Amino acid sequence: MFYREAGDFKTSYAKDQQSFPIKLDRYWVWGVLAIAFLVVPFFINDYWEKSVLLPFLVWSMAALGLNILTGYCGQVSLGTGGFMAVGAYACYKLMVAFPGLNIFIIVILAGLITAVVGIAFGLPSLRIKGFYLAVATLAAQFFLVWMFNKIPWFYNNSASGMITSPERLMFGVPITGASAPPWATYLFCLTLVTIFAFIARNLTRGRIGRSWMAIRDMDIAAEIIGVPPLQAKLSAFAVSSFYIGMSGAMLFGVYLGSAEPTEAFGIDKSFLVLFMVIVGGLGSILGSFLGAAFLVLVPVLMKNIMVGGFGWPADLAAHLELLFIGALIMFFLIVEPHGLAQLWRMTKEKLRLWPFPH
Amino acid sequence: MSPVILNALEVILNGLMAGVMYALVALGFVLIYKASGIFNYAQGVMALFAALTLVGFQTGQIPFAHLINAIFGTKLHHWGDGMNTFLAIILTMLVMILFAWLLEKIVLKHMVNQAPIILFMTTIGLAYFMEGFGDLMWGADIKTMDVGLPSGGSFWLEDFTRGWAAEGTEYYGMYIDVLDVWAAGIAILLVIALTLFSQYTKTGRALRAVADDHQAALTVGISLRSIWIIVWSLAGFVALVAGIMWGSKSGVQFSLSLIALKALPVLILGGFTSIPGAIIGGLIIGVGEKLFEYSIGSMIGGATENWFAYVLALAFLMFRPQGLFGEKIIERV
Repeated sequence: MFYREAGDFKTSYAKDQQSFPIKLDRYWVWGVLAIAFLVVPFFINDYWEKSVLLPFLVWSMAALGLNILTGYCGQVSLGTGGFMAVGAYACYKLMVAFPGLNIFIIVILAGLITAVVGIAFGLPSLRIKGFYLAVATLAAQFFLVWMFNKIPWFYNNSASGMITSPERLMFGVPITGASAPPWATYLFCLTLVTIFAFIARNLTRGRIGRSWMAIRDMDIAAEIIGVPPLQAKLSAFAVSSFYIGMSGAMLFGVYLGSAEPTEAFGIDKSFLVLFMVIVGGLGSILGSFLGAAFLVLVPVLMKNIMVGGFGWPADLAAHLELLFIGALIMFFLIVEPHGLAQLWRMTKEKLRLWPFPH
Repeated sequence: MSPVILNALEVILNGLMAGVMYALVALGFVLIYKASGIFNYAQGVMALFAALTLVGFQTGQIPFAHLINAIFGTKLHHWGDGMNTFLAIILTMLVMILFAWLLEKIVLKHMVNQAPIILFMTTIGLAYFMEGFGDLMWGADIKTMDVGLPSGGSFWLEDFTRGWAAEGTEYYGMYIDVLDVWAAGIAILLVIALTLFSQYTKTGRALRAVADDHQAALTVGISLRSIWIIVWSLAGFVALVAGIMWGSKSGVQFSLSLIALKALPVLILGGFTSIPGAIIGGLIIGVGEKLFEYSIGSMIGGATENWFAYVLALAFLMFRPQGLFGEKIIERV
């Protein structure tokens, strides 16, 4: 009753093939976007920006990227942290080398550079799969982080070995650097994420997305019906690394402002993004956002409740958080392998029928 | 002999010893993989957990003291002076068996017939859970472990090798930690025991049957679930041994579980299904990374041990995906 496809008539092919063909979906998306763009910027403050909204946007972007690779193409990667580091360092080198270049373009260029690196590390996927591939991507993780740590060219010989993002303006408002206002950084990240979420949605609906899913579901059958595995797998690696690279650039440039490779892009970040994808739902764009929101919000909530509410020591809260997240991952894999996105699908199903039983 | 060759020899020897340590962790992986097809990422955290528990029992810590203190405002920490090392090891083993039993009851039971990659991700979740649980139970501070194993350099070897260098050169003999030699001996014993167990006991035969074919094993009346409990207990035992060795060497701390990640390239080299493969893979990785660090590492900034094993495994995968001793996977797309 509250959610229905019936009665939603289309009179042209263009309307039938738009990103959200169902009217209620469309209203819902426009509504969320309107609130995110028009309401939130007026109420945002430093706390919400730094501990909830920016991490949510940055990790959503990373989860989108990993979901394309793991959820849609079926190739498990544990190298997300390493690829984010590539994006961050590419962003840093570009910002320093071209001070006049628009930060928006820099983030996209950083993504493109990461895509090239991603293709290079995706090459083994043509011969190996499953956890063999997972181990191969671990090589990317450890090698890239080591490289950014040890080769001074990447951090411009700074004494601390850290990279710090210089101030860059957009429409006269600082986006990066310490003096950037919360609403500006938020709107910048939100715009990027919105644009690329729409692109991801349409990529996965189209020919290329279908070839990814064919490879995921059964690679031999996919090859027989004419899906080229080489192109499909490498394009998945490229697109996924592009997204992950952009998220790394946003993480370093806009959110953190400075970064040190082993701390900001360690193996735990690779797992964090993988968990977001699992919890949110493998093979779902909405799932990437739900997973990122969940895993960003849960630690904040737990910390607020346990440290702020009960007055427990912070390390105890950190242990409980690890315990809880691990249990949650197992719970989701046992009970709902399709993640939070599946819960939303079931809710829609219920809303469609309510209040009738059939 | 010139000191360069002697130094290289020393590096190789130390690499072999480190390789034995990697092989110890890799053994646990192979056991579980053979019997259930699960790639157990949590093996390293199991070693950490076992080591934490052992130290906790030894020193008489009260489990969850931190949590209880936070809730009730008490000041608990120890219940006494601790206990005999041997008793503590037995108790820790019981804890690991209990853990295997609970794991089967709560998690693995539901995961039959799932895709291997789903099982792999489950064990990543398990790793997080156990890390949090271990820290919560015993505290996250770095602990020293002393189970009475000797440690320190071997003077005998230093004296023995000092004369090898050419006359007039400065050479002080080779340095090898006695603990590493002990670890190597224990690892060899462990492999022999495991091989004997799987070849000559009824349970061992059942284990191999399950590894071969789950359904056929079920038809002849082997209980899959009890076999899984046994296998995870065995893996817990191997984890305990690895935990004792690593713990005595470098203290019981979180980095112990990262060492377990190194077991993955070891397995790729040796093959996922072969116990001797795990040992030889471990030795190759150990020697390889020490030699690389010694010869090239210093030129390109050092700390190459962080990634050398993985890159070696990556290169290896391109040419021989089944590893040195693994069963051949015939699947090409």
